[in-house]
Amino acid sequence: MDNKELFEFRNVSFYYDKNKALDNISLSIKPGKFYGIVGPNGCGKTTLLDLLVRNKTPESGTIKYHGQEINKYSRKNLAKNIALVPQDFYINFSFSVGETVLMGRHPYIPRFASPSSEDLKIVDKIMDDLKITSFKDKNITDLSGGEKQRVIFARALAQNTPVLILDEGTSNMDIQYTLNIMDIVANGVEAKKRTVIAVMHDLNLASVYCDRLVFMKSGRVVSEGNIDKVLSKRNIKDVFGIDCNISYDKYSESKHVIFRRRKLENG
Amino acid sequence: MKKNAWLRFSIGFSGQTLLLGGILFIVIIFSTGMGYIKISYVEVIRIIISKITGNQVLVHGIDHVFPYVVWDVRLPRILTAAIVGAGLSISGGVFQGILLNPLADPYTLGISAGAAFGASIALLADVTFMGIYSVPFFAFIGAVTTLAAVMLLSSSNGRISSTNLILSGIIVAAILSAGISFIKYVADEQVSIIIFWLMGSFGSKIWSDVFLTFLFVSIGLVVSVFFARDLNIISLGDRSASSLGIETNRVRIILLITASLVTAVCVSVSGIIGFVGLIIPHLIRFILGPDNKRLIPASALTGAILLLTADTITRAVLPTEIPIGVLTALIGGPFFCYIFRKKRIIKTSGQ
Repeated sequence: MDNKELFEFRNVSFYYDKNKALDNISLSIKPGKFYGIVGPNGCGKTTLLDLLVRNKTPESGTIKYHGQEINKYSRKNLAKNIALVPQDFYINFSFSVGETVLMGRHPYIPRFASPSSEDLKIVDKIMDDLKITSFKDKNITDLSGGEKQRVIFARALAQNTPVLILDEGTSNMDIQYTLNIMDIVANGVEAKKRTVIAVMHDLNLASVYCDRLVFMKSGRVVSEGNIDKVLSKRNIKDVFGIDCNISYDKYSESKHVIFRRRKLENG
Repeated sequence: MKKNAWLRFSIGFSGQTLLLGGILFIVIIFSTGMGYIKISYVEVIRIIISKITGNQVLVHGIDHVFPYVVWDVRLPRILTAAIVGAGLSISGGVFQGILLNPLADPYTLGISAGAAFGASIALLADVTFMGIYSVPFFAFIGAVTTLAAVMLLSSSNGRISSTNLILSGIIVAAILSAGISFIKYVADEQVSIIIFWLMGSFGSKIWSDVFLTFLFVSIGLVVSVFFARDLNIISLGDRSASSLGIETNRVRIILLITASLVTAVCVSVSGIIGFVGLIIPHLIRFILGPDNKRLIPASALTGAILLLTADTITRAVLPTEIPIGVLTALIGGPFFCYIFRKKRIIKTSGQ
């Protein structure tokens, strides 16, 4: 077994009733890289992430993490290794921001113990980084959509895991906080050798931050590789069915995808 | 971060548990003395201690009827009322957490309708093979069968989602209500007994009722507190709960069964007493915050105090006894409207 792979998908399929959501996917994910997953709505991106955190188990095929089948890990152990920032979350109960972020330490705190001073220190640091300390005593029910997302993001960071999974984690945020969070994530990849797997909708944001890109379409992986190679007109046309231009941008030191307005045929 | 900011997360028997426990004790003693025969609280305490220790000297000089009234008539009823109040409040808090819905209550899943259906059948058919336990037994069987049906109906691939649970509960409860209506229709002269049972009562409770409810409710309390932190996280959504290291489905099923059994035994013993399981956890959440580690024990004690007080009002204060279920709904309904309005006004003005 090649230990250089962090995740190893082999012939993985998943169905919702009879609809194939993932179709025979084989994919390996290397540690210490920022992966972006792109593809049209309903192509199986979220299902793929659910399999990574074992929210769902595949109908067929195997998923390995560090060379061992992901089913063999205990939930708690998995939670110390992989953190998820979900796309949707329920905010029906008025926990404070601080309490919510502290929930990220759940896998580390024994059942009847209080959080240790180290737990609290980690949580404080993360709240500072994400600029949410100012409202740590506010109830999460009183926050705006973008603020809630930052709190949920902070909770995932508090898990302090080598793998971080983002399911459109910045969809409700303005550009300032989107960049703030992406910088924190990218810094974690560089400084802590963290692996990040993120569903991305903005191809240019992906281009600026990701090391590798996975193109998905209809439950299959169409293309996977270094972003310089796979972020191409051909792949974008193939997956999204749209034409674009790609140029190299010196300021961001990355490729830039440019679209143009299309005239509608019927008015 | 200041340490006291985390107080809401800390565990243990803190001040408010002791305070509520003390109030409960006082309410028990005073309501035991209240009623048609008035007994002073000193005499109540002397009688209770003498019964427990077997020391006859303590009851010397007390009317010889009093020990009988206190020990055999009033205490079983009073303790049952307190324990049922605690049970309904615990299970209400747990249901609100697992159904991700602060408006859920112990009856949301149709457990009460199932118990009522079972009891109605027993009353209609005049089942007596188990003596005084026939109706509670049928009610319990009805409640447990309903739970099984709701769980079966709402599960897909062994997983149970909160939305499916609520919908299945509504469907099953609707069918059972129709069944109960039909039983009332054919019941003839028994119909008043059925209606009276459905409205709930703590009249003529005996010590075995106390022990039975205590067994279920105390186990329910221990299990709920054991999983309180998991319940906190589950109440903010399934997907993130699993990724935080919680066996979401397993914990949800354990808590669902625990809370349902507590509800089932409470309803079997006392009939359907509404609003306690909805309002108490709500009220406590309003005061102490949503952390279930504090919410569940505090709800249990508050529920015990309030239901016992309500039962004492109908038993000893009002000129004629009205059904406890009617009283709790009459007090609880408007009170709930008040909390609901106040909360919404605070919310809207805050934004």
